[in-house]
Amino acid sequence: MSTTLERAAKTQANRIPQPKYKTRGTIIITALMTIMLGYALVPVWWLVVNASKTNQDLFTTPGLVPGSSFALFDNIAQVFTEDGGIFVRWMGNTLLYVVLGTIGVAVVSSLAGYGAAKFKFPGRAALFVVILGALAVPGSALAVPTFLLFSQLQLTNTIWAVILPSMISPFAFFLIWVYARDAVPDEVLEAARIDGAGEFRIFSTIALRIMAPVIITVVLFAFVSNWNNYFLPYIMLNDNKLAPLTIGLAQWNASAVQIGGKTLYNIVIAGSLVTVLPIAACFLTLQRYWKSGLTTGAVK
Amino acid sequence: MSTITTITQAPTVRRRNRRGQLTGWWFVLPFTLLLALVLLAPIAYTIYLSLFHSSAFFGGNEFVWFANFGQALTDPKLWDGVIRVGLFMAVQAPIMIILALAAALALDSGRLKWAPLFRIGIFLPYAIPGVVAVMIWTYMYGSQFGLVRDLSNLVGFALPNPLSNELIVPALANIQMWSFLGYNMLIFFSALQAIPRDLYEAAAIDGAGQWRMIFSVKLPQIRGAITVATVFTVIGTSQLFTEPAILRSVVPGVISSFFTPNMYAYSLGFTANQANYSATVAILAGLATIVIAGIVQRVGNGKKEAR
Repeated sequence: MSTTLERAAKTQANRIPQPKYKTRGTIIITALMTIMLGYALVPVWWLVVNASKTNQDLFTTPGLVPGSSFALFDNIAQVFTEDGGIFVRWMGNTLLYVVLGTIGVAVVSSLAGYGAAKFKFPGRAALFVVILGALAVPGSALAVPTFLLFSQLQLTNTIWAVILPSMISPFAFFLIWVYARDAVPDEVLEAARIDGAGEFRIFSTIALRIMAPVIITVVLFAFVSNWNNYFLPYIMLNDNKLAPLTIGLAQWNASAVQIGGKTLYNIVIAGSLVTVLPIAACFLTLQRYWKSGLTTGAVK
Repeated sequence: MSTITTITQAPTVRRRNRRGQLTGWWFVLPFTLLLALVLLAPIAYTIYLSLFHSSAFFGGNEFVWFANFGQALTDPKLWDGVIRVGLFMAVQAPIMIILALAAALALDSGRLKWAPLFRIGIFLPYAIPGVVAVMIWTYMYGSQFGLVRDLSNLVGFALPNPLSNELIVPALANIQMWSFLGYNMLIFFSALQAIPRDLYEAAAIDGAGQWRMIFSVKLPQIRGAITVATVFTVIGTSQLFTEPAILRSVVPGVISSFFTPNMYAYSLGFTANQANYSATVAILAGLATIVIAGIVQRVGNGKKEAR
């Protein structure tokens, strides 16, 4: 990663002729970017520092400096044991929704994107019209309608109410369709057919391998949006035992603020940190794919 | 591009005729079924609901044509949310897009030391779930143990409370901006990196300076990316729900149940006998979003779309 970036930075430096006022401009650019970096990172720093404070320290020590005692591990232990260990359950729910939703998006969109790119079938044009129309409908605008229908079908308050809607993404279909159309050569498919391979086998052994980069991008985006999803589970579920982390944390937060009797601030903050860590780790390690995904999305 | 596609597709099409036309359907079938269940059916059912009026008192379901829509269009609670979200969008979206552009141009200028550090650091907030972002910021806004308390102690008098009636919208806008600034920056940066180099060389030969280069080469070249980012921002803002819904649990007096159109549709959906009206509000909010996003896209793509 870093080597490609360095290379990119070097070619950048070469390709732009440097003017005379270079140093002053550089100082201004660096200063402005430092302010933005500070804006981005101060809340993250606040989270880390305050997740390590006791409830007492939260109220008595300044927000951006560590407290008098280091209570991070005590807080995390309390996060996992509070309320009979409900946090573990929420974590399991999040994992279940994220894994099934993400695998679902990847499988369903890869099949459909490839099928639409490489086959002609009756109704194909109509399907495209519907999918392109669906691209215009924002997912969050569908939450209330889906809730109204699902409550009629008695699907609310089941895991399927969260998983099924997160398995469909017109945008993922679109990305994979474009990629399959341009990158999977028809000659190769044709050769495999002549060799007697079945259509599904061709898909799983040849096409999937070629489409891997775009599928990884789709998986990343689905992973983050499922991990962070709040509106859908909020509207669909009312059983605390089915709640994902986002809903559970918000519940703790609400009771910490409103009731005030029991001081939950330390576990709300430490629980937030625990929720953020997996997704932040995923970001930092898989950055390369983010960039390529964003380019594909933006070029469309 | 399109010519290549037609040429390479020709053999596949011939093949299809021999092997039967339905193979393609096996591939798109799961997607189509799911699309029907979680997208088409909800939309159809919601439209159906919006045309009826049910009353528990008299029992039964009465077909009322567009009476619900008439009611919604004159509903001050819906307009309250629409105006709030509209203002939010008109102020926050341009500020965020311009800041993100500036940051992307700075990264692209090649004059920044430690550029990857800045890029990753500014992007990091996007990884933080909206729920956690709201909690961090509400604590920081808070006068109990937040930064506002620390700052007030520092300057010696009480600063205005960001979680008050007057400041709640800017406070929310700031949370949104914090979450999505880096994301937009990365979209713009990726697009800037994809600009063909010879354009810079040509511009340099023509004697273009840095500013000229930005306004005559870089910005026009990434116009598509700017449009896409603006469309995403507009959609995200007009569908605002998570952030105000969580803030509502903290300061219920400041955020009403109809703070945004989406929150209004949601709270109606859970009120007895209001499912029909909730459906109506959801349809209107969705339609408004689609129209605004469509306009932004049309304006943004401008001449390019004509080809």
